[in-house]
Amino acid sequence: MYHHTDFDRAFVVDRAQRFREQISRRISGALTEDEFRPLRLMNGVYLQLHAYMLRIAIPYGTISPDQMRRLAAVADRWDKGYGHFTTRQNIQFNWPRLVDIPDMMDSLAEVGVHAIQTSGNTIRNVTADHFAGAAADEIADPRPYAELIRQWSTDHPEFQFLPRKFKIGVTGSPNDRAVVKSHDIGLRMVERNGRHGFEVAVGGGLGRTPLIAQVLADFVPAADLLPYLEAILSAYNSVGRRDNKFKARLKIAVLELGIDHIRELVNARFAEIRAQYDGSDQQVLAEIAAQFTPPDLASGRATAPYDAARAADPLFRSWSDTNLTAHRHPDHAIVTVSLKKHGGTPGDATSTQMRLLADLAERYGHGDLRVSHEQNIVLPHVHRADLPALYHALREGDLATANIGLISDIIACPGLDYCTLATARSIPIAQQIATRFDELKLEHEIGPMKIKISGCINACGHHHVGHIGILGLDRAGVENYQVTLGGDGTETMSIGERAGPGFSGDDIVPAIERVVLAYLDLRRDPAETFLDALRRLGTEPFKAALYPKAEAA
Amino acid sequence: MARIFEPVVISANDLFDGRVIYLSPADQWVGSLCQAELITDEARAKDRLADALALSDRAVGVFLAPARPGPDGRPEPGHLRETFRAAGPSNYFHGKQAEHA
Repeated sequence: MYHHTDFDRAFVVDRAQRFREQISRRISGALTEDEFRPLRLMNGVYLQLHAYMLRIAIPYGTISPDQMRRLAAVADRWDKGYGHFTTRQNIQFNWPRLVDIPDMMDSLAEVGVHAIQTSGNTIRNVTADHFAGAAADEIADPRPYAELIRQWSTDHPEFQFLPRKFKIGVTGSPNDRAVVKSHDIGLRMVERNGRHGFEVAVGGGLGRTPLIAQVLADFVPAADLLPYLEAILSAYNSVGRRDNKFKARLKIAVLELGIDHIRELVNARFAEIRAQYDGSDQQVLAEIAAQFTPPDLASGRATAPYDAARAADPLFRSWSDTNLTAHRHPDHAIVTVSLKKHGGTPGDATSTQMRLLADLAERYGHGDLRVSHEQNIVLPHVHRADLPALYHALREGDLATANIGLISDIIACPGLDYCTLATARSIPIAQQIATRFDELKLEHEIGPMKIKISGCINACGHHHVGHIGILGLDRAGVENYQVTLGGDGTETMSIGERAGPGFSGDDIVPAIERVVLAYLDLRRDPAETFLDALRRLGTEPFKAALYPKAEAA
Repeated sequence: MARIFEPVVISANDLFDGRVIYLSPADQWVGSLCQAELITDEARAKDRLADALALSDRAVGVFLAPARPGPDGRPEPGHLRETFRAAGPSNYFHGKQAEHA
């Protein structure tokens, strides 16, 4: 993984020092809140319902064991002993005191972790496939490009005051695990005539206007990536609406002006600036790429312990069936560690669990950890012979829930339990659904199922792309939950269709149960997933299950 | 038809630690909703908001928060959001519920 250079270290330390001084001036009264607010947001500090929240970047979801241990130490010393991993591959601390944040940032800076551009109208933390560099289906590791984008976008003077926040996602695989078409710019690596390049899509996003990104260019050579991105950002900076924050995202510009018009603007700008890139970006890329060389996996060890454990231990077999993904090296596996224990808070990990994950990554996973956009942790390179020991260690740490991709592996935003924007709670609904289906013992029978819950229309819980999406709203001071059906966040992306009237907090879990039981009745065979069945049958049979009385009337 | 004024309290977040605070009848920022001044008159709400803004060195985001009188006349949350601000999150025993335990 990428290790900070002296320049990077000095930059992060300097930024932390400047923010310390700004906080000091706020506390002394030299800065008003109106003056201070943009400064704190530039450094990832929000003021939420109960306390400040510090959002820390984990660029493209890649984190080292030492960095994970430092997050644990920060959680213990300055927060409440846990952290919340988010759908943007960040971590959030929910309870810091403003006066402690400078010390937190200094501590994080020592291991190259920061909160720069985790908020504000700028290019946010670049996200990527959490299996990057390990997946069997990958064309190439996208993380060197993501790191190049991070370096290019950090404090880029032209892009610090964009019309709105700007999100870039990148995948190196044809199978999209990074929801790239929900980003302002979605990059999907493609190969043409032996050359690597990117399909570039723009104008995706969820929120109050959910839109799937449209392809702007079907092949941008890798060497042209940065100038092409700069051309897009530059075009957006000029045509993006600043008169209405709800219409300020690139997706609205694409919607209002049309993809062809945007393409003309981008191509014209690209023609102007391409020559300014003299190849130094490619030198930087080469230096970055050298740090992303795959770990040495050629151990020659037998995988017999894995096969034996699968035969002997049904719990291990169940876990390995759901939580492992094919690695490019057949003797290895990609392990996804669930942060979705039934009844727990999706995405939360205690400091003890963070330390355990760091230790296990060093012991069994070549020192590599990832944060997935689905709020889980990934150990991307584990030899199959080590899987039984890893599993038992995870069990000791309460981290061995066998539910990846199943109905209890729910994305849920913090919701009204924490967020100032939220209009309803998300976490308790996720907890109740997970607990209910654990009681029913149907989780594995149901198979692949993505439930995603947002506590407001801003859709941080990605409900639009959930097979079943749940949107929490406020109806006259009472929580109300709308259901969407048929969303999909993969390469076959679709936006879910609103099913009908919303449900009360007491009624939403039984409603979800009715839909899922209807699926079990309606599916052609156990191999037909919920999404496949819904696409074959349409939404009507599922709506009938959601609203049985209305159907009878 | 004249709009009916709904009762409010004056609330904010503490500058140092972000915790929820309320304005008491004695012009003190307090941590418990039940110690806040319940305001049932619109003109007084405007006056007290002005008072609060003048006392806002340690208060961030001063606003009129919906409230209603409880059985003992003390303020209770008047909206779902205020319920959570007054008590803390529902997934952990943190926030006000822990402070007051």
